[in-house]
Amino acid sequence: MAEAKNPTAESVVGEYKYGFSTEAKTVYATTRGLTADTVRDISRIKGEPAWMTEIRLKAYDAFLKKPNSSWGPDLSGIDFSDIVYFIKSSEKVEKDWSEVPASIKDTFAKLGIPEAEQKYLAGVTTQFESEAVYHSTIQELQDAGVIFLDTDSALREYPEIFRKYFGKAVPFTDNKYAALNTAVWSGGSFIYFPKNVKIDKPLQSYFRINTEKMGQFERTLIVVEEGSSLNYVEGCTAPIYSSDSLHAAVVEIFVMDHAYCRYSTVQNWSTNIINLVTKRAVVDSYGHMEWIDGNIGSGLNMKYPSCILKGDHAKGTTISIAFAGKGQYQDTGAKMIHLGKNTTSTIISKSIAAKGGKVNYRGLVSQGPRAFDARSKVECDTIILDAQSSSDTVPTNIVKNFRGQIEHEATVSKVSDAELFYLMSRGLSEAQATEMIVMGFIEPFARELPMEYAVELNQLIKLEMTGSIG
Amino acid sequence: MSTLRIQKLNVSVDGTMILKDVDLVVNGGETHAIMGPNGTGKSTLASAVMGHPKYTIESGAILLDDLDVTHLPVDERSRAGIFLAMQNPVEVPGVTNFDFVKTAVQARMSADKKLRIGKFILEFEAAAAKLKMGSGLAHRYLNEGFSGGEKKRNEILQMQMLKPKIAFLDEIDSGLDVDALRIVGEAVTAMKSPDLGMVLITHYERLLDYIIPDFVHIMIKGRIVKTGGRELIRKIDSEGYDWLKTELGIDDFDERKKPAALGTCATKVFTK
Repeated sequence: MAEAKNPTAESVVGEYKYGFSTEAKTVYATTRGLTADTVRDISRIKGEPAWMTEIRLKAYDAFLKKPNSSWGPDLSGIDFSDIVYFIKSSEKVEKDWSEVPASIKDTFAKLGIPEAEQKYLAGVTTQFESEAVYHSTIQELQDAGVIFLDTDSALREYPEIFRKYFGKAVPFTDNKYAALNTAVWSGGSFIYFPKNVKIDKPLQSYFRINTEKMGQFERTLIVVEEGSSLNYVEGCTAPIYSSDSLHAAVVEIFVMDHAYCRYSTVQNWSTNIINLVTKRAVVDSYGHMEWIDGNIGSGLNMKYPSCILKGDHAKGTTISIAFAGKGQYQDTGAKMIHLGKNTTSTIISKSIAAKGGKVNYRGLVSQGPRAFDARSKVECDTIILDAQSSSDTVPTNIVKNFRGQIEHEATVSKVSDAELFYLMSRGLSEAQATEMIVMGFIEPFARELPMEYAVELNQLIKLEMTGSIG
Repeated sequence: MSTLRIQKLNVSVDGTMILKDVDLVVNGGETHAIMGPNGTGKSTLASAVMGHPKYTIESGAILLDDLDVTHLPVDERSRAGIFLAMQNPVEVPGVTNFDFVKTAVQARMSADKKLRIGKFILEFEAAAAKLKMGSGLAHRYLNEGFSGGEKKRNEILQMQMLKPKIAFLDEIDSGLDVDALRIVGEAVTAMKSPDLGMVLITHYERLLDYIIPDFVHIMIKGRIVKTGGRELIRKIDSEGYDWLKTELGIDDFDERKKPAALGTCATKVFTK
């Protein structure tokens, strides 16, 4: 496996639209590097219960002992001693927009967030640096008994629910970066849907990291109880940094019997960031989990949203895109672990490599010994835009019973001469024609996003493709 | 009124010469038909004029009024006013017909002008209705899942929207049933104007019942061997191309069969 190269800031500045940084007042930050004392400090500053401090310390221990995973790209180049693991930018969690500091509002204004919020948000947790600074919940959610908080507040206010589920889908023993996240996590979203609550409007959260050499270790925990339905959208854009930054998030989701959860995100960290995310959902009988996962940012990105289809007739879907431009290495895919009978899963992956980028599909479909009559469908398509760019497809398919079924289709292509000729014969330049074909290619993903996100995604990809032709 | 001048054009594909010394002048307001047996280079001529990279222009020139387009990129030829309705339009998944045509129309507008979207929508819908394309057309993906006839009608729709100066229609009749042929024929005939010169490429005569050409050219083995008026269509209809063999002294004439009078596309094939 080739080593990922992270470009210098100079090489990406000028191509990156949201490459600005707003000065924000930092209230507290740990020193660079990580020790057991740092972990204790984080927990103390947050005023956490003893059990959480203990889990953090155990996780820290596991982090030290665990080697980097053999799954995916080489991560041996990360210098853990050069990272700030915790920054607190605002003393308390805001409930009212008017109390949000002006410099932070300014950043959001540049991203167009306030209008977006007013349009169709059911509730917002906006994470800025390591902690949520803004958070509001509309009446509808409160009336339904929904809990939508930043994860830190949730630990304080709902310790029982929190403890019941925290680390149960992604234990710190899972992998080195899940261990790291558990040790130093800060911020993220906590959503609890009680039984039979169906809300179609997407809940949304925006976040962004804004300090050089800062790690971002969010922890998101979502529980959708029996018969409920949640559509959650997480979005982010990040500014440019002058040196590497590590982002290792964990997302844990529990989808109970007959419940439905859709988790949509478009990851657009700047290209000096190493993004290592463990996302996993446990799905009970007749439950349905959908991951809508877009990856256009980061220098090195590893993300394989997973569904553990535990209950009979549970269903898992992952629709994802990955775009790797100059200096980018996207290693993404999905995992579907079938445990129950009649479980079904679908993976649709669209990858684009341009300007020397590398994009891999890496996936796992596993049907266990009891997963009788499980069915899986994997479809991965890749477009490589030039000779400098590359792609690999690395699927692992395992069936441990005699009644399972896995379909796997993969295509790798370049933009065909016939397509280019056709579009250009109508007056589109080669760049316009290529852009249009690529936009069409990712449309199956884009149409799953809320309109505003789809528009932003299209703009970002167009921006990334600028100069990739000729 | 524009004029397309093709002068002594020689075109090869993968090292094989296909077109030999082709001369053709098409003025605005004129409709030309190029007929001939299969595989004689008719489509090559259309593709070479549009600038398909597969076809190499070995010598000769293509001029649109004062502009030498012989070596221009495809998109510049299009923006200069050349159009090709293709025999096999490609399918582009995920791109709506509407977005595509809109982008194409915008591409030929000067940078300081803005597309008036309301006017554009009305025009698009009127064109689609005239071609009986159904109301969902705008939002369907470009040619994806279109029947052969729908694809051809979609080509004509694009031609209507893009308003070219010179248009080549490459076997626009193939894949059309009798009704669709009539619809396409009427739509194309309605577009006739001093601002548009058209070249119809066909090896079936049926299309020419609907779109009446002013000039008929017969191409055999990469050369235009005969040019005349409508009377040539009748002659080919009744006698095929064999008489040309005698008249012109061509020995290795490829097609032995009389070409179909109606065509596989329109109804069924007749052989002698």
